[in-house]
Amino acid sequence: MKKKQSMIRAAASSPYVVWSVLFIVAPLLFVLWFALTDGNGSFSIENIRGLSAYGRTFVMSIGFSLIATAVCFLIGYPLAYAMARTSRRIRNILTVLIMLPMWTSLLVRTYALMALLDNGGIVSNTLTRMGLLNGHLNFIGTGGAVILGMVYDFLPYMILPIYTSMTKLDIRYVEAAADLGCNGTQTLFRVVLPLTVPGIVSGLTMVFVPSISTFYISQKLGGGSFDLIGDTIERQFQNTVTYNTGAAISLVMMILILISLGVMNHFTDQKSEVIVK
Amino acid sequence: MNKEVLIRLNGITKSFDGETVLDDMNLEIHDKEFITLLGPSGCGKTTTLRIIGGFETPDAGDVFFDGKRINDVPPYERQVNTVFQRYALFPHLNVFDNIAFGLRVRKLPPEQIREKVKEMLQLVNLRGFERRRVNTLSGGQQQRVAIARALINEPKVLLLDEPLAALDLKLRKDMQNELKNIQHKTGITFIFVTHDQEEALSMSDTVVVMANGRIQQIGSPTDIYNEPINAFVADFIGESNILDGIMIRDRRAKFAGQEFECVDFGFKPNESVDVVIRPEDVDVVAPEAGQLKGLVTGVTFKGVHYEIIVDVQGFKWMIQSTDYVAEGQTIGLSIDPDAIHIMRKSEFSGMFGDYSTFSDEFDPLDLTEEKNVSLPEERAE
Repeated sequence: MKKKQSMIRAAASSPYVVWSVLFIVAPLLFVLWFALTDGNGSFSIENIRGLSAYGRTFVMSIGFSLIATAVCFLIGYPLAYAMARTSRRIRNILTVLIMLPMWTSLLVRTYALMALLDNGGIVSNTLTRMGLLNGHLNFIGTGGAVILGMVYDFLPYMILPIYTSMTKLDIRYVEAAADLGCNGTQTLFRVVLPLTVPGIVSGLTMVFVPSISTFYISQKLGGGSFDLIGDTIERQFQNTVTYNTGAAISLVMMILILISLGVMNHFTDQKSEVIVK
Repeated sequence: MNKEVLIRLNGITKSFDGETVLDDMNLEIHDKEFITLLGPSGCGKTTTLRIIGGFETPDAGDVFFDGKRINDVPPYERQVNTVFQRYALFPHLNVFDNIAFGLRVRKLPPEQIREKVKEMLQLVNLRGFERRRVNTLSGGQQQRVAIARALINEPKVLLLDEPLAALDLKLRKDMQNELKNIQHKTGITFIFVTHDQEEALSMSDTVVVMANGRIQQIGSPTDIYNEPINAFVADFIGESNILDGIMIRDRRAKFAGQEFECVDFGFKPNESVDVVIRPEDVDVVAPEAGQLKGLVTGVTFKGVHYEIIVDVQGFKWMIQSTDYVAEGQTIGLSIDPDAIHIMRKSEFSGMFGDYSTFSDEFDPLDLTEEKNVSLPEERAE
């Protein structure tokens, strides 16, 4: 009986196991393999050593994604807080509005942003016609455009986990805070913020990780002047000769992300779970 | 007891989703009083408490605190603190930080906070628990932290919402005494909400019995027990046999097919009334010596006494007696004049007080729930 049950369980999970071996574990092993070998397939740490040349890229990528994550948090947290406290109707409408862009391809959205903000685009033309702008917006190609792109593309991933932990927050804690003398702002900082840390950490993670590894946002909106890690990796893999360097950069970035996840998870309490995707 | 009115509720009405929870409620609460709002679930007692705490706004009527109208004063500006049902201790803070919460919000100096928290921990018998996480505490300990967290702010009034409901019986008795002591020591007005009549009787200066969003009776525990105003109160507080009767004239009542001498007066001649006789006030005698005669249909040993169900002409009486009688035996019942309490007819007449469906198996909560469900139907008739 017990054996049969465990067989069923094994059968049920086998598609996922096959899937993850083929598309998650195997590629990771390939990355590891390429990173630690040279072009002839013999062991080498030259690839890793050679990465010092990419130091500036790493720093810039981390900087961009930190700023984007911070901006997402500053926009997303108050919004999630407000959402959790409005009527069910408004809440549903807002949820749909936030989810809607996620149903469109990121690539399409990024192109749309480009079309909107480029010189000769709608925003530029409208402002010029209103006399607020003299000719060109000159926004695409700046660091600001790259950040805007990241925020625009990844904001939902900040809002939703925070919103979820807000709705799970027991209203009695808020009432208890009010009872003990907290006005709205004090309640937010003394009770709501600490009790929604799991959602915050999930949100930060889910924005930071794709931001640091993105390549098309910086290519399209940065106009080629910002070479981020994602772009560098993509370039290395377009040429078989540089596979090893690309793999080495990927490996280091993965390790960096894992370390930052570890640090963030440390902030959530021992018992509260964090959704890491 | 101090007679100065601290809180006055004036014609408070409140409904949720079209359902009236409080119906024109008027109540005065005096300074330093231990007052209990008692009633079955859904009677409006918790809503009353939440209105005083500022968590609900009444649809109509006014709340006065120290003579000032406070309808629109938010909870954080009221001189009132609450011990919440299931405590609502902050899970991200330890015991010390939970208790210190209110003082930190008021930005008191740290040394003073430490001093006062220490005092509070002593008051609630939790010395040495400062660094413990709240979710590692037992129910009774969490309860004490919740009380300390509220009392440290030196409120004029402490609101307690069924604070003992989650504790087991033994602990509940201990906490009842402890709460009473704390109230004496601090001299703070306590407004206590419970559905447990025994708790209400043993702790309170004043008991407010509520049902259907209205106050049924306000009085001292002895008044409420000895002089219930209607069938609801008589049944909710303690055990009662409630019979349909007629007040023939002053001090002369007729029920169960017999005339009885009693001590009540002031009714119209031949007015129909409800008659209450407490189970402990009925004496078991020989069949020919009693005013009434009945067949024993059930006997339960209760430790101090036997609980005897007696069928008298189809009406099942409950009697508490220290003498054993056997099931199937015919016995006589003797009732003294001052054991008979006469009440005017009310919307609750005929709903309670017959023990034909009585069962000890019922959880008291289930019983109150059942009564609750049956009330609106009755009113609609």
